[in-house]
Amino acid sequence: MLTQRLLLSDRGGMIVLGLIALTAVIVPILNLAVPHDSIFHVSTYTVTLLGKFLCYALLALSVDLIWGYAGILSLGHGAFFALGGYAMGMYLMRQIGDRGQYGNPELPDFMVFLNWDALPWYWQGFDMFWFAMLMVLVVPGLLALVFGWLAFRSRVTGVYFAIITQALTYALMLAFFRNEMGFGGNNGLTDFKDILGFSITASGTRVSLFVMSALMLILAYLACRYIVTSRMGRIIVSIRDAESRTRFCGYKVESYKLWLFVFSSVLAGIAGALYVPQVGIINPGEFSPLNSIELVVWVATGGRGTLFGAIVGAFAVNYGKTIFTSWSPEAWLFVLGSLFVLVTLVLPKGLVGLVARFKRTNKTPPNDTPDNTPKTPTLKPAEETH
Amino acid sequence: MNIFNQARRTLGQSDPNFGAPLDTTHGPILYVEGVTVSFDGFRALNNLNLYVDEGELRCIIGPNGAGKTTMMDVITGKTKPDSGSVYFGQQINLLELSEHQIARGGIGRKFQKPTIFEALTVYENLELATAADKRVWWTLTQSLNSSQRYRIDEVLVQIGLADLRHHNAGALSHGQKQWLEIGMLLMQNPRVLLVDEPVAGMTGEETEKTAELLVSLAGDHSVIVVEHDMKFVRSIARKVTVLHQGSVLTEGTMDQVQNDPKVIEVYLGE
Amino acid sequence: MPNLQWLLKSLLGLCLLTSLAHSAMAQTDTESDKPTSTATTEFETLVHELPKGSLSKRGQTIKALAMVNDERVPSVIEALQQGNLYADRGNPPTVAISSGKDAFIDALSGEAVAADTAEKLKRIPINNRMRSQLRTLLAAININHAQPDIRLNAVKQLISDGVDDDSVELLKTRQSTEPDAKVRDAITIAIALFNVESEDPSARLDAIALFSGSLEPEVRTKLTELATSDDNKQVRTKAQQALNAIEDRIAVYRFGENVFFGLSLGSVLLLSAIGLAITFGVMGVINMAHGELMMIGAYTTWVVQQIFPNQITYSLLIAVPAAFVVAGLVGIAIERGVIRFLYGRPLETLLATFGISLILQQAARSIFSPLNRAVSLPDWMSGSMEINPVLSITYNRFYILIFGLVVFFVLMMILKKTSLGLKVRAVSQNRSMARAVGVRANWVDALTFGLGSGIAGIAGVALSQLTNVGPNLGQAYIIDSFMVVVFGGVGNLWGTLVGAMGLGIINKFLEPYAGAVLAKVLVLVLLILFIQKKPKGLFPQKGRAAAD
Repeated sequence: MLTQRLLLSDRGGMIVLGLIALTAVIVPILNLAVPHDSIFHVSTYTVTLLGKFLCYALLALSVDLIWGYAGILSLGHGAFFALGGYAMGMYLMRQIGDRGQYGNPELPDFMVFLNWDALPWYWQGFDMFWFAMLMVLVVPGLLALVFGWLAFRSRVTGVYFAIITQALTYALMLAFFRNEMGFGGNNGLTDFKDILGFSITASGTRVSLFVMSALMLILAYLACRYIVTSRMGRIIVSIRDAESRTRFCGYKVESYKLWLFVFSSVLAGIAGALYVPQVGIINPGEFSPLNSIELVVWVATGGRGTLFGAIVGAFAVNYGKTIFTSWSPEAWLFVLGSLFVLVTLVLPKGLVGLVARFKRTNKTPPNDTPDNTPKTPTLKPAEETH
Repeated sequence: MNIFNQARRTLGQSDPNFGAPLDTTHGPILYVEGVTVSFDGFRALNNLNLYVDEGELRCIIGPNGAGKTTMMDVITGKTKPDSGSVYFGQQINLLELSEHQIARGGIGRKFQKPTIFEALTVYENLELATAADKRVWWTLTQSLNSSQRYRIDEVLVQIGLADLRHHNAGALSHGQKQWLEIGMLLMQNPRVLLVDEPVAGMTGEETEKTAELLVSLAGDHSVIVVEHDMKFVRSIARKVTVLHQGSVLTEGTMDQVQNDPKVIEVYLGE
Repeated sequence: MPNLQWLLKSLLGLCLLTSLAHSAMAQTDTESDKPTSTATTEFETLVHELPKGSLSKRGQTIKALAMVNDERVPSVIEALQQGNLYADRGNPPTVAISSGKDAFIDALSGEAVAADTAEKLKRIPINNRMRSQLRTLLAAININHAQPDIRLNAVKQLISDGVDDDSVELLKTRQSTEPDAKVRDAITIAIALFNVESEDPSARLDAIALFSGSLEPEVRTKLTELATSDDNKQVRTKAQQALNAIEDRIAVYRFGENVFFGLSLGSVLLLSAIGLAITFGVMGVINMAHGELMMIGAYTTWVVQQIFPNQITYSLLIAVPAAFVVAGLVGIAIERGVIRFLYGRPLETLLATFGISLILQQAARSIFSPLNRAVSLPDWMSGSMEINPVLSITYNRFYILIFGLVVFFVLMMILKKTSLGLKVRAVSQNRSMARAVGVRANWVDALTFGLGSGIAGIAGVALSQLTNVGPNLGQAYIIDSFMVVVFGGVGNLWGTLVGAMGLGIINKFLEPYAGAVLAKVLVLVLLILFIQKKPKGLFPQKGRAAAD
């Protein structure tokens, strides 16, 4: 029953999840068991790169859940990602112990450099893994709860919401750049040594983190499927399409938006926490508004309103980015910019929509099966009201 | 303190006002008294008084700008009036409640333009409107029970869309959308139905069917219909209220109203 | 720290050595000079003496020179003081004043120095003590200058250098004949500063009485000193009272200064936000590339200055219309090419225009290099207007404030009085109705968007006068400008004005307490809280239409 609901009715999702699961099994074998000189060997660099993409996919999933289904465009989701990342980074910093340059057993290097003599209160407890992991969930969730409550309560919607979320992440970026905040300022947190006692650079650790990311993504995907296929999921879509009507049906729209937003930001926080040990650094740049808006484009490129579309988009755009930036860094911004324009103008349903359209023209004439993607008018100049 | 209470309400979402049964011992189910609403100096409602009895079918007519839609906005909590009071039964002050609380409490509203959820099927539309626990957690974890599903089937028959239950609501005809929306109101088990221009843009046959439907609803529910189409009003009306410039011009049967010199002046004077 | 002290000591030692060597050389020099010197005026002799001899001898020469009554004296002393006086090793030496890069004017004749001579010129060295001696001398000369502001500066110079027995006489003589009130007040302060050193407590009290309300920093230092350590109790209380009165006045001016800085920041926000207010408020279009249109305006200014390098003074007169046209055309292109397909889909518009902003930024990087370009300030924009020692207003900020208001009111007029404005308002209120009465909605859209973009271009010109021009110029302002529009309320230009000025002032008043970055963060937080109370901004659109 539940399998039917979560998986079997979602063919695209099944394919994508299958691929991820397959990669999660094969890549570790190819990395650890296949000798280095074999052409089938997958380098640790590639494992880390794929792990990074998986984290991005999780982040994209979290954005798709609120944007694709509830129509809430957050341009500040990078902030939750970064907060999760900082929580993990703080744990990793504490694990360095006296192996830092200044050899202080308690304080991270940058605090010694700032002449601080004790850990600030908000760094307490981060030497315990369970506490740090709790904070990975609590900090982004709490921020989303407070911020979302303030915003949704006063019925801030649409572009207004987009703009104030952008302002939120911008403000956090400015704040985290300050040395006095106690998060390493400009340089952020880096030079990590080990996680749970395993060296962070070892292939084994890298592969474990990669597998963890894949598992987390699959779990999160199923959780999101559970939400969007529940009665709540249909209410959320209703809110997106006719907010006021939903309200007159007796639903407290604010609560639905709020809890979905909180859940989504917790997912983003988890993505950040998995991301940091793999790339080995977290700095205020992660809060930059550009990052947040870029990830919205991943979702748009993949196809919003279909959960697997977000994953496809995250992989496609980031793979493109890796290729382009190594070829010509200047060209990448042109490509990314054009992607924004092209996706909104000619691919409103993203790659997933393109594939669906292709299949439809090849097979049967269009039918009127339930269509869960957002309504998007075809390409034509607007005639009626704004 | 206020903000704290609101926080608790957002998070906990209890509806303390609707624990007790509605008290209609004095007759009317809806009291609108001395309500004034102004936008930028323009008085959309001007000391409006209106009482609707339980089980009554009331038609409200009036020229454009008479304040019909604003009146509905006030009753359903969309607009807060500058002054006046609105009570649901003897006890419940509607002005203290928000839209969803009023809707849960038993006042359903159909909009002027049919607003249904076009991305969902007919069945899902009704499912959404079903009177069930509408708090976040329950909608996430529970599906409807068999009696609630049975109720949906009932309403599907009542509004004549039983055959189209799995069709996309967006693909329905204009008239069918209107009925679906009325069906959604019915799913809420409302005590009062506010229906804004139900037959606008309908064919003659559709209009007749709609009239039948609304008449059959009265008695179990109080139905307030706002309409321009005089022929339609005549076909269903028992008691008619004429609004003009934000207040009640006159009330009575259709014949009384049509022969009232004030009404003739308002309509012909335009 | 110890390193620095060591460095100073060794430098001092080095100076001593060189001055010894100089004096040894000087003696031989003067011997050989005498026979060749012809009968010239005293001024010329002294000027010829200047390059020669030891530093201490040069000091005496300078003193003598200052006594000479010759109109060329101030320019020579000033040049010497600023290190602009050069001489060669000729006999008599050519003494010349540097007048810019590799250009010299003969100190005696006032004519330009030939290039071959100029090559041999060397700077006449002076030390720090001489530099301040020269400053005082210059002040003494200038105190009788014909122009009042030069006299005022001379008195101020004396005040900051410390008034001594010689200069107080100078001041006293001038005080009786001084026609200008401002200069007279300054002289009074200067004399009082001298008198306050007097042994006699009553003389000190009289002097303190004269200080009332003076804002010179020297006065404050002196009063603080007196209030804490004078041996006479009455002097101490009086000094404290005078000090308190001055502090109160300063607080008022500081407040005024904050208001001015706030308004100045506000005017920048206003310029960047009114373009947005049109595209967002009137048309409902979110244009994330707005900042880049400002960047285009700023680069236009730079290009105009590159084309007319000799007309910097008038460059802004060309740059403003040029930036308007260039940014406006780019805006129209964006509207026709992208935005018109997206009306009614604000979130998609936001994303697409963000993409455009990335492309424009990268284009600027490719065309103009990623480095910042410095745009020159015309003379009339540079410098500042000193209202008193505490409060001074820089001209560029002042003119930009005026300019922002002018642009605002002109735009207001365009929307209120012209037929374009009427059509814009008609289309924004009811598109199909406007079309029915014959308004070409597409055309109005394009023009409106062009107008908003053009104003962004103008804002860019103004910005180029405050900061460097670079590809990231626009990004820094886009979020702030949106905040202004949200704060002020959409669809109301007055809201934009009040919003911009309000946010500017709040920002500047928070800065001293919280620091620039935290102030910004606080403003954002305040704004989010503000939306709780007034979700539609300060000046919301009212009525039934606005409710949906």
